[in-house]
Amino acid sequence: MKTYKEVDVVLVGGGWTGGILGKEFSEAGMTVVCLERGGPHTPDDFSVPRMRDELAVGQRMSMMVNTTDNTETVRNKSAETALPYRRLGSYLMGTGVGGASTHWNGHTWRWNDNDFQIRSRYEAKYGKQYIPADMTIQDWGVTYAELEPYYDKFEKVAGISAKAGNVQGRKIAGGNVFEAPRRSEYPMPPLVYGYAGELFAEAAGKMGYHPFPRPTANASVPYTNPDGVKFGECQYCGHCERFGCEANAKGGAQMTVIPAALRQSTFELRTYAWVTRVERDASGKKATGVTYTNTVTGEECFQPAKLVVLCAFGLNNVHLMMLSGIGEIYDPVSGKGLLGKNYCYQTGSAAMLFFEDKHFHPYMATAGIGAIMDDFHGNWDFDRAPFGFVGGSTVGTAMYGGRPIQWHPTPAGTPAWGSAWKQETAKWYDRSMNITATGTVMPFRGNYLDLDPTYRNRFGAPLMRMTFDYQDNERKISAHSADVINRIAAALGPTHLSKASARQSWSSVPYQSTHNTGGTIMGTNPGNSVTNKYGQVWQVDNLFIMGASLFPHNSAYNPTGPVAAIAYMAADIIKKVYVKQPGKLIHA
Amino acid sequence: MSDTRDQQPRRDFLLRSLAAGASAASLPLAAATATAATAAPTPAAAPSGYLWLRPDEQVFVEALVNHMCPADGLTPDGVTLGLAVFYDRALGGNWGQGDRLYLQGPFKQGSANQGYQLGMTPAQLFRAGTEGLADYCRATHGKPFDRLPSEAREALLKELQSGKAALPNGVPAAVYFAQLLQMFYEAMFADPIYGGNQDKQGWKLVGYPGVNTANKVNIIKYANKPYRPEPAGIADLS
Repeated sequence: MKTYKEVDVVLVGGGWTGGILGKEFSEAGMTVVCLERGGPHTPDDFSVPRMRDELAVGQRMSMMVNTTDNTETVRNKSAETALPYRRLGSYLMGTGVGGASTHWNGHTWRWNDNDFQIRSRYEAKYGKQYIPADMTIQDWGVTYAELEPYYDKFEKVAGISAKAGNVQGRKIAGGNVFEAPRRSEYPMPPLVYGYAGELFAEAAGKMGYHPFPRPTANASVPYTNPDGVKFGECQYCGHCERFGCEANAKGGAQMTVIPAALRQSTFELRTYAWVTRVERDASGKKATGVTYTNTVTGEECFQPAKLVVLCAFGLNNVHLMMLSGIGEIYDPVSGKGLLGKNYCYQTGSAAMLFFEDKHFHPYMATAGIGAIMDDFHGNWDFDRAPFGFVGGSTVGTAMYGGRPIQWHPTPAGTPAWGSAWKQETAKWYDRSMNITATGTVMPFRGNYLDLDPTYRNRFGAPLMRMTFDYQDNERKISAHSADVINRIAAALGPTHLSKASARQSWSSVPYQSTHNTGGTIMGTNPGNSVTNKYGQVWQVDNLFIMGASLFPHNSAYNPTGPVAAIAYMAADIIKKVYVKQPGKLIHA
Repeated sequence: MSDTRDQQPRRDFLLRSLAAGASAASLPLAAATATAATAAPTPAAAPSGYLWLRPDEQVFVEALVNHMCPADGLTPDGVTLGLAVFYDRALGGNWGQGDRLYLQGPFKQGSANQGYQLGMTPAQLFRAGTEGLADYCRATHGKPFDRLPSEAREALLKELQSGKAALPNGVPAAVYFAQLLQMFYEAMFADPIYGGNQDKQGWKLVGYPGVNTANKVNIIKYANKPYRPEPAGIADLS
């Protein structure tokens, strides 16, 4: 085994959190090695015309992980035999430098204390008995006020285009009036709504709701971020989600924090480095570094480090903790063990509206386009009691590119092929819009991650096993959001309407969301969580975990806002406190 | 697209498929095998040349794509659009050969929510499914798919789609058909560089501009107004 020289920090994964920590630590003079299992990205990788190849990139998903390297096994409940997620479908993990930030949509939200103090808030408003016994929600141990400066920092680094709805307590119509107070306006004005967004905003506004432009990392104007990184202006080319941006208009780690870190002589990025284990000393309470395989040479390597930080996609962080044998894997029967607990996903619903007399040009789009409303999620005054659920949903339009292999909607009853299919497809391609909802998923006793007893990855390690299904709480949220969607849709008077309906059971097949959360959750003490609010593992205090695996439940918002803010907050306290006095940052 | 096809007047898809079926079927087995073994097979029904599909599969795919995309006032027939060539290239290429598909066993039939669980690559599924379909057609109709009248083909495809057709070799009909149908949409709308969507007819059908999509100004200028730009493909911009 090849053993490298010890560094101050080893980062496992080169996406947003690896990039953020890499930049912050290396600029502070710490020596950092970032290990990325995928390859590098050069500007040529995202060049036109090949980056606008829907078949290769959108359909065959050339930017995503290869399931033959590693995947998960999936099932809806413990009584089933889990089987491999053989082909990507429901969720799409990226790979290579930049990780998911190369192919993400860019939707960036500030989660607030409705989420961070979820249990205490619901108990205070609805009573303890309102929360089902097997719903394992908990307060996160962090507050919005603590994260606010870091959200602000990230929004400027990633280049978020949006309109504020609450600046220092002043509510601003046209922004999200339900958001928590922010210190300043977003760095760029919002993108245009697009015609579908305009129709939605008008109808929702008339019904008394509060639509606003979706906050997103697509530069609405030419922009230079605080590190001097120049962003191009979004051209509404309709190739964001699943694609890289050739215009550098979509904020990503590979074009912002990682190049900034690479300017420091103390930062080294090693690609094709697949970490297989976090190593510890004999006491088991101190990490000594990580073992990885150089996937080019096949050589096994050891990178010693004073501090180990897991910065991979959430599911991979959980998997690595399990393969490293750190902590006890959750057992849903006894309720013991914390690793793999509180795995959550997202729910939702969607309607398609067809208008004889309108033109939407669905390909004139970005992934951040459209109007959205937070009246049934961020709005704490929305009374959940009549509906009987914990959580909520955001509702808006989601017209992300009109790429025709995946977007060729027709009204119900249309044949799937033949001349009639052609006629209807030709007619409705340009005359359709959608309204969609993204709903929260709360943690339940029976939804969890552990190791599969049968299937293995390319290194012979057990795959992680995902046991997940929507519970009554989520079915109620989905039904409620479908009702909201259908009422707004009806108000728009479409020629045909394919109504939204409630999701009943999770399927791994159609794409839904890559917001897989939980598994190494944060909390207030070692009895309820794997890490403290800084992502510091309670039982191994020089091991930190970043990313959405820290989230004790999943919101109706996209996860990147708090993922990045928690990373910046952790970087700050590690630089200011931990390096001077390594040890537990919180005693509980 | 080959010269042969360009010079050939568009013929009724049924006649064309019948002719294609007859030419391949009339080849003695030994001759067909010898052709395949000695040189790239160039049967009459394959003006663009096939790399991966066998002659009987070529006949089937041509009949299939001409049924799914018949010549009408909207587009030429599927073969003329290159859809059959798309199937050939896709099945013979990385995706067809199982790229990015986890194929470690054991293989078990799971719930629908667990997704694809067969131990076959897309190309293997296509081959086995098409063999099963040929046997099924012979057993139920006494002739292959490409010799059936349009109504019988339509009914047969619906039996496959619903899973009602029990293919004698055990290939799950609905899984096989879902792949055929997904490939049909891909062939219609993928960049012409992959063989289908020739002359960007699939894109022109719906009004998709292809890779030529700078819309910063257009999204305002053409809001709710008709707009049909001339599409551009990868080859136009490379």
